[in-house]
Amino acid sequence: MKHVDIAVIGGGPAGLCAAISGASSGAKVLLMDRSEKLGGQLIKQTHMFFGSEKQYASVRGFDIADILLDKLNEYKDNIEIMNNTNVLGLYEDGVITIERNEKYEKIKPKSIVVATGASEKVLAFPNNDLPGIYGAGAVQTLMNVYGVKPGKRVLMVGAGNIGLIVSYQLMQAGVEIAAIIDASPTIGGYLVHASKIRRMGVPILTSHTVKEAIGRDCLESAVIWKLDENWNPIDGTEQEIETDVMCISVGLSPLSELLQQAECKMKYIPELGGQTVLRNENYETSVEGIYVAGDVSGVEEASSAMVEGYLAGLCAAQKIGFKHKNYNELKEDYIKQLESLRSGPIGHHIRSGIEKVMGV
Amino acid sequence: MRIQNHPILNFEKGEEIKFYFDGKQISAFKGETIAAALHAAGVKVLGKSLFKHRPRGFYCAIGNCSACSMVVNGEANVRTCVTMVQEGMIVETQKGKGEIL
Ligand code: FES
Repeated sequence: MKHVDIAVIGGGPAGLCAAISGASSGAKVLLMDRSEKLGGQLIKQTHMFFGSEKQYASVRGFDIADILLDKLNEYKDNIEIMNNTNVLGLYEDGVITIERNEKYEKIKPKSIVVATGASEKVLAFPNNDLPGIYGAGAVQTLMNVYGVKPGKRVLMVGAGNIGLIVSYQLMQAGVEIAAIIDASPTIGGYLVHASKIRRMGVPILTSHTVKEAIGRDCLESAVIWKLDENWNPIDGTEQEIETDVMCISVGLSPLSELLQQAECKMKYIPELGGQTVLRNENYETSVEGIYVAGDVSGVEEASSAMVEGYLAGLCAAQKIGFKHKNYNELKEDYIKQLESLRSGPIGHHIRSGIEKVMGV
Repeated sequence: MRIQNHPILNFEKGEEIKFYFDGKQISAFKGETIAAALHAAGVKVLGKSLFKHRPRGFYCAIGNCSACSMVVNGEANVRTCVTMVQEGMIVETQKGKGEIL
């Protein structure tokens, strides 16, 4: 059994920041990630970020990953990195089991930050399992990380920020977008993104959904139809769209299996993506010593994930006796940054979701 | 279908290698996943579902969903979207659950 001060599960934006924060407080941190390369989903983000300077606004996602990795490197004496590592279990007694290089190992940390992120939701319609129907994030990985086009003509389902951004990136890669559809009567993503795409000649059809996918071995076309004001499909409004790739971008849900296994209290909170873990303002869950950060604690943006990571890492270290010399100032600053990221009308549903997770 | 020109990204490809998909030789680049290499070669069907034998392709491409399971060097249920392709690798369409041992 391996002993460490803080174990961080997941090396995306939240996990990287939690590791940096814990290590800068003086704790020995073990950072685990299932991939070869750290950075999580930042490595496929070619667009510039929103938020403020502190969360690297106007910097492209993959460059933010490099900035965080450089910072991580400053604390290399305090951080051990295990990549290509699958965390298999998180037990009631705080033991973590992992698989690495085809070997099974056990780890006993003093505190834990779970930063496992989120997974893409699926949409129910006939033939939704045909090859050619992919999560929008999958398509982004394929083209931005591996330089492979997903296909020739894409139907994007979902006009939230991910749907809009991935559509734009598909066009940058030279792929045609047949249309972007969304079941909601309004566009969910930022209007700057939507107008940019519309100017490029792509129709964005609101109040539309998929009726069925058609194809023998792979997707060949899709039938969409219009929804009335009660979200019921209207007969006779069907349109068949020729497409070899359908991207599903209908939201994410927290990847919370490890937290559930550790018996952290959960609650169904649609605003935050589904089953969400309850926590306090330090991002500690109902199980003492288990902290969360990033999308697993409620689906938001990468900018808030980073700040949550810093905050959770800071608190997880303090809990076990490694209090950062600027603990109070830092904590106050992180809380302020989160408040400002969640302010205004856009942050409304996040704020109402967070009210429901608080208090363990 | 590989991206040739990109306004932001520069794809630095690894060394060219060969692997086998259902007995057919396919070329790929070191540092890419099996699923990406197959997709670039036009292969979208990676497996057949357990009961209805419906075609299966990848879905999440980051290791979350297991839709991309294939038989790799004789081992079933390998998530090909997060497994790097290697010279001489033998990759096969997975039918159903695959043999565990
Ligand atoms: S496509 Fe989801 S695990 Fe590979």
